Amino acid sequence: MVEDDPATFAREFEGPVICVKGLRNAFGEQVVHDNLDLDVRKGEILGVVGGSGTGKSVLMRSIIGLQQPVEGSIEVFGESLLGRPEAETIDVRKRWGVLFQGGALFSTLTVAENVMVPIREFYPEMDRDFRREVAKYKVCLSGLPPEASPKYPSELSGGMRKRAGIARALALDPELLFLDEPTAGLDPIGAAAFDNLTRELQQTLGLTVFLITHDLDTLHAICDRVAVLADQKVIAVGTIPELLAMDHPWIQEYFNGPRGRMAASQR
Amino acid sequence: MTVPSDFVEETTEDGVTALRFSGDLSIAAVGDLPERLRDHGGHVQRLDLTDIGYIDTVGAWLIHRTARDSGAEIIGADNEAERLIAAVSSVDQPAEVRPEPPNPIIRVLDEVGESTMIALTTLAGLVGFFGSVMVSAASLLRHPGRIRWNAVIQRFDVVGVRALGIIGLMSFLIGLVIAQQGAVQLRQFGAEVFTVNLVGRLTLRELGVLMTAIMVAGRSGSAFAAQIGTMKLTEEIDAMRTIGVSPVEALVLPRFLAAVFMLPLLGFYASVVAIIGGGLLSWVELDIPPATFFARIREVVPITDVYVGLVKAPVFGAIIAISGCYQGMQVKGNAEEVGKRTTAAVVQAIFLVIVLDAFFAVFFSWIGWN
Repeated sequence: MVEDDPATFAREFEGPVICVKGLRNAFGEQVVHDNLDLDVRKGEILGVVGGSGTGKSVLMRSIIGLQQPVEGSIEVFGESLLGRPEAETIDVRKRWGVLFQGGALFSTLTVAENVMVPIREFYPEMDRDFRREVAKYKVCLSGLPPEASPKYPSELSGGMRKRAGIARALALDPELLFLDEPTAGLDPIGAAAFDNLTRELQQTLGLTVFLITHDLDTLHAICDRVAVLADQKVIAVGTIPELLAMDHPWIQEYFNGPRGRMAASQR
Repeated sequence: MTVPSDFVEETTEDGVTALRFSGDLSIAAVGDLPERLRDHGGHVQRLDLTDIGYIDTVGAWLIHRTARDSGAEIIGADNEAERLIAAVSSVDQPAEVRPEPPNPIIRVLDEVGESTMIALTTLAGLVGFFGSVMVSAASLLRHPGRIRWNAVIQRFDVVGVRALGIIGLMSFLIGLVIAQQGAVQLRQFGAEVFTVNLVGRLTLRELGVLMTAIMVAGRSGSAFAAQIGTMKLTEEIDAMRTIGVSPVEALVLPRFLAAVFMLPLLGFYASVVAIIGGGLLSWVELDIPPATFFARIREVVPITDVYVGLVKAPVFGAIIAISGCYQGMQVKGNAEEVGKRTTAAVVQAIFLVIVLDAFFAVFFSWIGWN
C-alpha cells in the first residue's frame, strides 16, 4: 500500500472517531440542526436518542455523507469529509459500516451475495472463492444460521433481515458501525438478542458504534454513553446516571417516565 | 501505514515446516495472499504470527482456514489475533452462497405448471372480480344516493380529459403515417385516391379505439393498479372495510365507470384526429383538398364503422379498469409487489383488449357490418 495511507493513520489516531462541530441542517425553512456538536470516542457504543423529528437519522445521514449540511464540519477518523470529492474520502468510507432502518438489503441478491457487494466494490482484486468464504463466515458471525446464506431477503424474518444487514455492514471489517434503530419492529426477545449481538461484535471486533434508538432497554443494556438530541442540538452527552442528574425536562421525562423507570428497574 | 501481508517458508532446527507471516493481515492488505497460500499446498506444521501488524477478521479467517486445512498449529498470536481467530473459527460452518439450482427438466415443468396455474387462477379471479363489481353496481342502482359522484367525476377528469393531449397527438401522427404509407403503396396501382378509404375506415373501425385502449391501459390501468396496490400495502383498504365502506364501491366502481364512459369518447376523438392527420397528408401529398377529402370520407365510410368502434370501446374500458383494479387488490407483502402487479395489469389489459378485438372483428363481419 502507499505511504501515509490515511487508513492506518486513523487506526493509530486516538482522538474522537467522529467529531461534529457547528452542524446546521435545514430543509427549506425548517431547521433540523443548528450549531450541533458531537464527539464519538473510540471503542464506545454511543446511543443517540431524541423525540421523533429531532433529526437523529438526519445526523447520521450527514455523517455518512448522504445529506449535505448547510454549515459545520464533520471529521471521521480525523479526516474532514465535507466538501471533498467522493474519491478522496473513499479510504474513510471503507472503514465504516451502516445498518439502515429496514435493513436495506438488495432484494435481488441472496444474503451472502449482499455481503459480497461491498467487498467486490472496494476490493475487486480479491480472489472470488476467498470472497465467498469471507461472506459466509460474516453471515454466521452476525448470528445467522449457515442455511440463511443462500436465501433471499424476502424469505427472512424481520430479525434475520437486521442480522443480514449487520453482516453486510461488517463486510469490510469496519472500525465504526452506524446502526439506525436496530431493534425497532423486533419482539422483546429478538431485540434483547440483537443487543447482545451488538455488544459481542463490538467487543470482539473492537468497534465504535453510533446507535440511534428509541429502545430504552437497549440504552440501559449496551450503551456506554447516550447523546440526547433536542432543540436542534445535542443538549447532553453522558452515561445514563449522568443524564439523570440533569434537570432538563425532556431528559427527565424520557428516562423517568413510566417506561424509562421500567427499563431501569430491570437492570 | 498499511503493510501488505506476506509469508516466508522456513524449516526450524527441529525439522518443522513453518510459515512466518509478516505485515498487516487485513482486508486491505491481504491482496493475493489467499491464492498464494492455496498454491503453496499443505505440509505446514506451524503458522507463526509473531511479526504481523494489524489483524482483522479477514486475516484471522485466512489463518484459521490455512490451519484447518493443513492441521498446522498457530503460534505467536497476540490477544487480538487470538480473539479474532477464535471468533471466526466458532462460525466456520459450511454454507451456500446461492440456492441449489433444481434439475433443469423439473424446473421447466415446474415453471410451466406454475404459470398455467397462475393464468387460470387470474382468469377465474378476474371473472369473479367482475362479478363482484356488477353486484355492487346493482346494489348502487337500488340506492343511488350512495354513488360517490365526486370520485366518479374526478376519475372522468383523470382518465378522460387529461388524456386528450397525448391521445390527440398520437392519433394525429398515426393518421399521418397511415395516409403516407397508403399513398405510397396505392400509387403503384394509380389508386392513391383510395387512401381516403384506408384512413377513414381503418381509424374509425379499428385503430382509433385500439390505440386509445392501449394508451389508457398504460396511463390509467397502471395508475389504478398502483394506487389501489399502495392503499392495500398501507392497510387503507382494510381500514375501509372495518368502518363499513366497501372498497369495490368506493375505489373500483368510480374507476370502472370512468373507463367505461371515457373510452368511447376518447376513441371517437382519436379517430377524428387521425382522420384530420390523414386529411392533412392527403392535401400535401396527393393534392386532395380538405373539403373533397371529408366529402369522400362521408361517402366511403359506412355509419356501421362508427358503431363498430363505439360498441367495442366500453368493453375495452371495462377490461382495462377490471384488470387494473383486480391486480391492485391482489397486492400483498412489499413494495416490489406493487411494481409487479402494475406491470401485470397493463400487460393483461392490452393482451385481453387485442384478443377481444379479434373476436369482435369476426363477430361484426358475421352480422354483416363490413
